Amino acid sequence: MAASAQRGRLSGIGWVALLIGVAIMVAPIVWTLLLSLKNNGELVGHSGAALYPPYTVENYAAIFGNSSTLRWLLNSAIVAIGTTAGVLVLASLAGYGFARLEFPFRRTLFVIVLLGLAVPSQAIILPQHQLFAWLHLHNSYPGLIMPGLIAPFSVFFMTTYMRGIPRELDEAAMLDGASRLTIFRKVILPLTIPAQSTLAVFTFLGTWNDYWWPLISATHSDMYTLTVGLAAAQMNYAQTSGLGYLMAQAVFASIPIFLVYIVFQKQIVRAMAGTAVR
Amino acid sequence: MTDSKDWRGLLFVAPFLALYSLILIFPLLRGLWLSLNQVDLFGDGHFVGAGNYVRLFGDPVFGTSLINTFKVTLMIVPVLTVISLLLALALNRAGRGAAILRGIFFSSAVLSVTIVTLIWRFVLAPDAGLLGELWKALGWEPLAFLSAPNLVLPGIALTTIWWSVGLPMLLFLAGLQQIPEDMYEAAELDGANRWTTFWRITLPSLTRTTILVVMLQTAAQLQLFGQSQLLTAGGPSGASRTAVLFLFETAFGRWELGYASAAAEVLFLIILAVTFAQYWATGRGGAANGR
Repeated sequence: MAASAQRGRLSGIGWVALLIGVAIMVAPIVWTLLLSLKNNGELVGHSGAALYPPYTVENYAAIFGNSSTLRWLLNSAIVAIGTTAGVLVLASLAGYGFARLEFPFRRTLFVIVLLGLAVPSQAIILPQHQLFAWLHLHNSYPGLIMPGLIAPFSVFFMTTYMRGIPRELDEAAMLDGASRLTIFRKVILPLTIPAQSTLAVFTFLGTWNDYWWPLISATHSDMYTLTVGLAAAQMNYAQTSGLGYLMAQAVFASIPIFLVYIVFQKQIVRAMAGTAVR
Repeated sequence: MTDSKDWRGLLFVAPFLALYSLILIFPLLRGLWLSLNQVDLFGDGHFVGAGNYVRLFGDPVFGTSLINTFKVTLMIVPVLTVISLLLALALNRAGRGAAILRGIFFSSAVLSVTIVTLIWRFVLAPDAGLLGELWKALGWEPLAFLSAPNLVLPGIALTTIWWSVGLPMLLFLAGLQQIPEDMYEAAELDGANRWTTFWRITLPSLTRTTILVVMLQTAAQLQLFGQSQLLTAGGPSGASRTAVLFLFETAFGRWELGYASAAAEVLFLIILAVTFAQYWATGRGGAANGR
């Protein structure tokens, strides 16, 4: 924290407002936790019962007895890890090409990639859906992963980062007779590890939480990701096994992402704040 | 010293560009073409020129969905910007306490829209929700946030603000960190009080960040979809149907692909126009390399 951090103390009103803010942020989550710890029958017509005991973990036990939630968890993990790995490979290669190599149409191609930043996913969803239908890729892992691989931001991010690496390093290696591929692998890649980890966390979170594409592409319940599965569960709420179970699913689905958040807090903050610094 | 013009460099960018062309550029162009045709799930469709667009401008359902989208965006963006700025000002300090509070205010941003709506459905619902219980405890009649036509958009706005406050707060914090300390020291020597310092130094230094926050949030909220689809399915009677929900229903509910493509193009243009209007209106300010 820079010195400007200490600018002034909070007034009494400031503290009260801040505490109200904390309460608004925390109360819905505590409420969800309490509901998830109640017997479903007790909550029927009387959700206020969540405010006092008895509490139980039976809803969580039921999740482990129900294969579909675990299957969705597995699907989310496969799709998020696959997308993250793919983005790192593609964006690093492209970033190196754009940052270091001369080839025809380099500037034009880079501008075309940047223009992609302005295309919202809803603008292309329909033809994308058609395309994946022609390729028979709906309800498959490649089909869920591929649209995540083409984020223009990832290429922009890696290109900018690699441009910041001193050229003397490449040139020294080139004098030693190293090929472009060797320089990329042995000199540049190791220096980009901070950028790789930032991009990885950013991509993982975004993919894990994506709702729009899996909603359209995964129509078989065994190919749902957690986001789509939970959406289906809340829409069929009336027929499902009850409020407590539904909320236990929500808590269960939040645990992996909260763990990622706590472990990688630094990278997340850096990735988010990075959008402003630039 | 760089390589002379060399096609080998293309090999590095080719894998990304190949996928990019297939999954982004081709759909972008095909979407334009589809919007000029009448296409449904079966059959090849036929060319209708501007027909879909003409129909769109006469369609009250589409019109209402656009108005709802603008309304909810206007409810969210100013409030979100002010709250996240105040939070950043309050929490821009060293120490463990401030770090924990920053963590709390950012935590909701890592949740998916399905979890957020699941949580808020049972905060807002009058019969089974937290607010309902609170209202009843105070002896008031619970508000039917999700079923009253005039309360449904505020309910969705509230949910969205709770969900999205973390990122703009971080952006403002990053902006605050970049204000040089000696500017404050100079102001102190001049005997400026906190209020003057805020208006003369802090706020002007955050212009760039504020423009960025407003532009990013406006573009995001114009595409609001999940909250409305999951909390209310656009109801009651269309009062919370947003433009993207209209597009989704037309495409994947009724399979009117040409018509839905036209709606997608119109929405795309609106987002571009609003973003550029904000960019120009702010004197093409500091946001130059915004993203």
